[in-house]
Amino acid sequence: MPQTGIVFRGEIPARMTIDIFLQQLVNGLTLGAFYGLIALGYTMVYGIIGMINFAHGDIYMIGAFVALIGFVVLSTVGIASVPLAILIVLVLAMFFTACYGWAVERIAYRPLRGSPRLAPLISAIGMSIVLQNYVQIAQGARTKSLQPIVHGQYSIDVGQGAHVSVSLLQIIIIVLTVALMAGFTWVIRSTPLGRAQRATEQDATMAALLGVNVNRTISITFVIGASLAAVAGMMATLYYGVIDFYIGFIAGIKAFTAAVLGGIGSLPGAMLGGLAIGLIESFWPVFFDLAYRDVAVFGLLILVLIFRPTGLLGRPEIEKV
Amino acid sequence: MTEPAATLLQVDHLTMRFGGITAISDLSFTAKRGDITAIIGPNGAGKTTVFNCLTGFYQPTVGRLELTHQNGKRFLLERMPDFRIARDAHVVRTFQNIRLFAGMSVLENLVVAQHIALTRASGYAVAGLLHLPVYRKAERRAVEQARYWLDKMGLTASADQLAGSLPYGFQRRLEIARAMCAGPVLLCLDEPAAGLNTRETDELSGLLLDIRKEHGLSILLIEHDMALVMEISDHVVVLDHGACICHGPPAKVRADPAVISAYLGTPEDEAIALTRGSR
Amino acid sequence: MAAADRQRPPFVAMLRDSALAAVVAALLAVPLLGVRLVDNAGGLTLDYRLPLVLYAAAAVFAGRLLLSLAGHFLAPSFRDMTVSLPRMPRNSLIIVGWVLVAAAVLLPWMPFAERNLVDKLTLILIYVMLGWGLNIVVGLAGLLDLGYVAFYAIGAYAYALLSMHFGLSFWICLPLAGLMAALFGVALGFPVLRLRGDYLAIVTLGFGEIIRVVLLNWQAVTNGPNGITGIERPTLFGLSFSRAADGPTFAGFFGIEFSPVHRVYFLYYLILALALMTTLFAQRIRRLPTGRAWEALREDEIACRSLGMNPVTVKLSAFAIGASFAGLAGSFFATRQGFISPESFSFIESATILAIVVLGGMGSQIGIVLAAVLLVGLPEWFRDLSEYRMLVFGGAMVLIMLWRPQGLLSRREPTILLDPKPASAGATVP
Ligand SMILES: Nc1ncnc2c1ncn2[C@@H]1O[C@H](COP(=O)(O)OP(=O)(O)OP(=O)(O)O)[C@@H](O)[C@H]1O
Ligand SMILES: [Mg+2]
Repeated sequence: MPQTGIVFRGEIPARMTIDIFLQQLVNGLTLGAFYGLIALGYTMVYGIIGMINFAHGDIYMIGAFVALIGFVVLSTVGIASVPLAILIVLVLAMFFTACYGWAVERIAYRPLRGSPRLAPLISAIGMSIVLQNYVQIAQGARTKSLQPIVHGQYSIDVGQGAHVSVSLLQIIIIVLTVALMAGFTWVIRSTPLGRAQRATEQDATMAALLGVNVNRTISITFVIGASLAAVAGMMATLYYGVIDFYIGFIAGIKAFTAAVLGGIGSLPGAMLGGLAIGLIESFWPVFFDLAYRDVAVFGLLILVLIFRPTGLLGRPEIEKV
Repeated sequence: MTEPAATLLQVDHLTMRFGGITAISDLSFTAKRGDITAIIGPNGAGKTTVFNCLTGFYQPTVGRLELTHQNGKRFLLERMPDFRIARDAHVVRTFQNIRLFAGMSVLENLVVAQHIALTRASGYAVAGLLHLPVYRKAERRAVEQARYWLDKMGLTASADQLAGSLPYGFQRRLEIARAMCAGPVLLCLDEPAAGLNTRETDELSGLLLDIRKEHGLSILLIEHDMALVMEISDHVVVLDHGACICHGPPAKVRADPAVISAYLGTPEDEAIALTRGSR
Repeated sequence: MAAADRQRPPFVAMLRDSALAAVVAALLAVPLLGVRLVDNAGGLTLDYRLPLVLYAAAAVFAGRLLLSLAGHFLAPSFRDMTVSLPRMPRNSLIIVGWVLVAAAVLLPWMPFAERNLVDKLTLILIYVMLGWGLNIVVGLAGLLDLGYVAFYAIGAYAYALLSMHFGLSFWICLPLAGLMAALFGVALGFPVLRLRGDYLAIVTLGFGEIIRVVLLNWQAVTNGPNGITGIERPTLFGLSFSRAADGPTFAGFFGIEFSPVHRVYFLYYLILALALMTTLFAQRIRRLPTGRAWEALREDEIACRSLGMNPVTVKLSAFAIGASFAGLAGSFFATRQGFISPESFSFIESATILAIVVLGGMGSQIGIVLAAVLLVGLPEWFRDLSEYRMLVFGGAMVLIMLWRPQGLLSRREPTILLDPKPASAGATVP
C-alpha cells in the first residue's frame, strides 16, 4: 500500500561500471531535483517561523494531482502542443497549489503563532492527515496513471560500447530545477521581499517594528514553498506517470530529511541535501538490497548529524554562555 | 604544606581563540583561598570567556587551570568536562544573562541544585521510588538547605512561585542561592550587580562578604560596578583585549595609569557602555 | 477588540470577510473537488462536479459568517468558558483522578457495559499508557520524539518472538520486552545526544521508519509484511482463557461457564493495571531527583551542566524509561491481538501518541486521558463515517489545537512545596 512517491527506475546492475555509474548519476540528479525542490519549502518555513511544516509533503501531492488533472483537461480541450501544455499546467499547478499553501498557513498555523512550540507541529500533522484524506475522498484511493507525454531519449556513448541514456524529460527536470533555484536564490538575496524575509527570520518583532509586514512575508513564504512543491509535483506526474494520495508522505519525509541533512534553514543546504539523498537512493541499489534504501537514507542522516549536529551547511550553533 | 593550600586557583598562560579572534591571550593569575578576586575590564575584554574556560564550557586553546582543594586535592580544570568541574571540583557559577529553570518553582530550582547529593540518597531513584526513609530524610535536609538560602536572600515568600515570574533583582539573587546550594568551593559570579539599583547593590555587597565569612568559600567576581569591586574585593585582575594589564589590591589597581587609560579614563562613556553591555 | 467596536456590529466587514473566504474556498475546491479523475479503459477521463464547488463556497461563507457573529456576540462568555476550564484547584484534580480510576475499575460491572465497549476502552487505555510514557520524554525531558511507535513495535515483536521461539509466558516476556525497548531507547539516545529540538525530531522519525522497514523486510525473523500470527494469549496465574487448553482454564478453575467475554475483561483489567503503574511511576519519579533533572534539562541544559548534572545520563534515562513503557504496552498489544504486523506501527501511530500528549497539555496525566478519549475513542465510535473518519480525526487535531494551544489541562504543579500544609492548594503557582 505505501507507495513510495519516487521509485527506483531501471534495472539493478550487479556491479559498478562506468556506464552504470553515469546512468545512476543522471537518475540520482533527477531524484535530487525533486527532493531539493520540496526541501526548499521545508527549510524556508523553518527558517522564518521555526516550525516543521508537516503538511508540506501533502502540498506536493496536491501539486501532482492538480497537474495530472490539468493535463487531462488540456487533452480533452484539444491542446496538442506539448510545450504549451506543460507551460499551462505548470502555471495552473503553481497557482492552485499556492492557494493551498496559503490557506493552510492562514487556517492552521497563523492562529498558533506564539503558542508553545509543539502546538503548530501537531496542527501541521493534523493538516497533513486532512489533506491526504480530502484528496482520497475527492479523487478516490486508486492510483492514477498518465500516458507519457514527453518523449525523447538520448543515448550517449561513453566508450567501450557502453551507453548512458538520458531522457528529454530528465533534462527538462534538471534544467527547470536549476533555473528555479537560481532565480529563487536571487530573490532571497537581492529583492525587498527577500530582505523582509531575512529580517523576519532574524527577529519577527523587530522586523514588524521596522515596518515589515510580517504576516504578509510569512504568507508569501508559504506561497513560494507551495509553488516550488507544485513544480516538483508536476514533474513527478510526468516522470513517473503514476500518483496517488499517499505520495506526499514519503516524499515529504525524505525532503524534510534532505533539509535537515543540509542544515535546516539554509537554502543551499536544502539543495545539497536533496542532491545527496537523490544520489544515495540511486546508488544504493547498485550494491545493496533495494528494500533497505530508506534505512540507508536515515542512516546517513544520523551519521552526518553525529559529526555535524547542525547539518552540512547549517550554521554551527555557538553555545554562547 | 601551607603554601600550596593558600593558592586556590592557578591560571597559567590561558589562551582562547575563536577562529581568528583571540579572546584571551596568555593570561596568568592566581586566586587565593578565601579571597574575593575580581576580574574587571571593558566590554569584550574576555572576562566571561575566562569563566567559560574555568567552568569547562569552552576548551581553552592553550593553558593550565589548576584548582587545589583545602585537603590538597588538585584538579586540572582544562581537562575536565563542564559537569564534572561543578560536581567534583566544586566550581559553580552564575551567568551574565541569568539562566534559571524558569518554568520551575523557586524552591525546585534550589532542590535541583542539590541533585548530586539527592541522587545518591535516592539510591539512583530506587530508594526514592520505594519512598524509603533514607530518601525522605535527605529530601527534608535539601529543603532545609534551600530554606536557609531563601531566608538569606529574602526569597522565602516567593518560594513556590515560578522562577521565571520573579522580578529581575530576585532572579539574580535566586541564581546565587542556587549556586550556593550546589555547595561550591569556588563561586564564580558573572556581573551579579548588573541591572540592580543602588540599594540592591549595597545589599549584594553585604551578602557576598557575609557568605564568604560564614561559608569559608572563595569568590571570583566579574563586575562593572567599580564601587562594588573596590569595596569588597581583596585582589583585582584587570583585563583588556584578553590580556592582563594589571593586577593587585584594589588601591593599587585604582592608581595604575594603564588601567585608568584603558578602562576608568572615560567615566561617562564607560557608564553608557556598561548599561548597554550588561544584557 | 476595542470596546467601541462592540457597540455596532461591523456587519459589512464580516460579510466582506466571509465572501473573501468563500472565494478562497472556491479556488481550493475547483481543481480537486470540482473535477474528478475517473479511470476508464482508455485512460483517465474527467467527471465535472461543479455544484460541489458552490456547496463548498457556500458552506465556508456561512461558517465564517456564523463564526464572526458568534465571536462578536458571545465573545465575553466564550472567552470566560475557555479560561475557567482549567482553573480547578489542585485537590479537585486529584479527586477527579481517583474518581476516574474508580470508574474505570467498576465500569465492566455496569449494566450498560458490553463487550464492545470494554474492547474500545482497552484500546483507549493502550493509548493512555503510551501517552503517559511518551510524556516522560516529551513533556518532562523536553525531547521531541516522533518515532515513539518504534519502541511499541519492539515490545510487541520482542514478546511475539520470545514466546514463539522459547515458549516463554507473557508474564516473563513483559519485563523482558520493556527492557528490550529500553535498550533500544539508549541505542537511539546515544547518537542524538548532541542534537537539539527539531533535529532530534527528524532523527527519531527516521529511527521509527528504520525499525518499520527492518520489520517489513527481515523476512527470516519477522515474517515480513505478513506479520506474526498465533501469538500466545495471556494467562491469569496459569489459567487460560480459552475454551479448552492444555492446562487449567479460567472457567474450569472457578467452575463457571466458559465465555469469551472473560478474556476481554481480563485484558481490560490488565491494561488498566499497566497504565496505572505507568502514571504512578511517572508521578513519583517526577518528585525525585531524576524527574526534576529531566524538567531542569528541558528548561536549561547549560544551567544543568553548571550544577554538575551529566546531561548524557539525564537524557538517556528519559529515553530509556519512556521507551520501556512503550515496550510494555507493545507486548500487551501483541498478546491482545494475537497477531502483529509492521502495518500497526506506522508513523501515524507516533503522531497520534504525540498529539495525545500535546493536546492533553504536556505533563497533565488527566489531560492525556481526555485527549486519548477524544482522539482515539471518538473516531472508534464514529466508525460509520468510514472514509470520512480519518478526515475528521485530522480535523479534530487541528481544531483542538487551535482551541487550546496550551493543551486541554496544562497547569504544572510544583514537585515540592516549602510548607506543604499551610500553602493553600493550587493558589501558589500562577
Ligand atoms: N563562542 C564564541 N565564539 C566567538 N567569539 C566569542 C565567543 N565567545 C566570546 N567571543 C568573543 O570573545 C570576546 C570576549 O568576549 P567576552 O564575552 O568574554 O567579553 P566580556 O569581557 O565578558 O564582555 P562583557 O563585559 O560585555 O560581558 C568578544 O570579542 C566576543 O565576541
Ligand atoms: Mg561578559
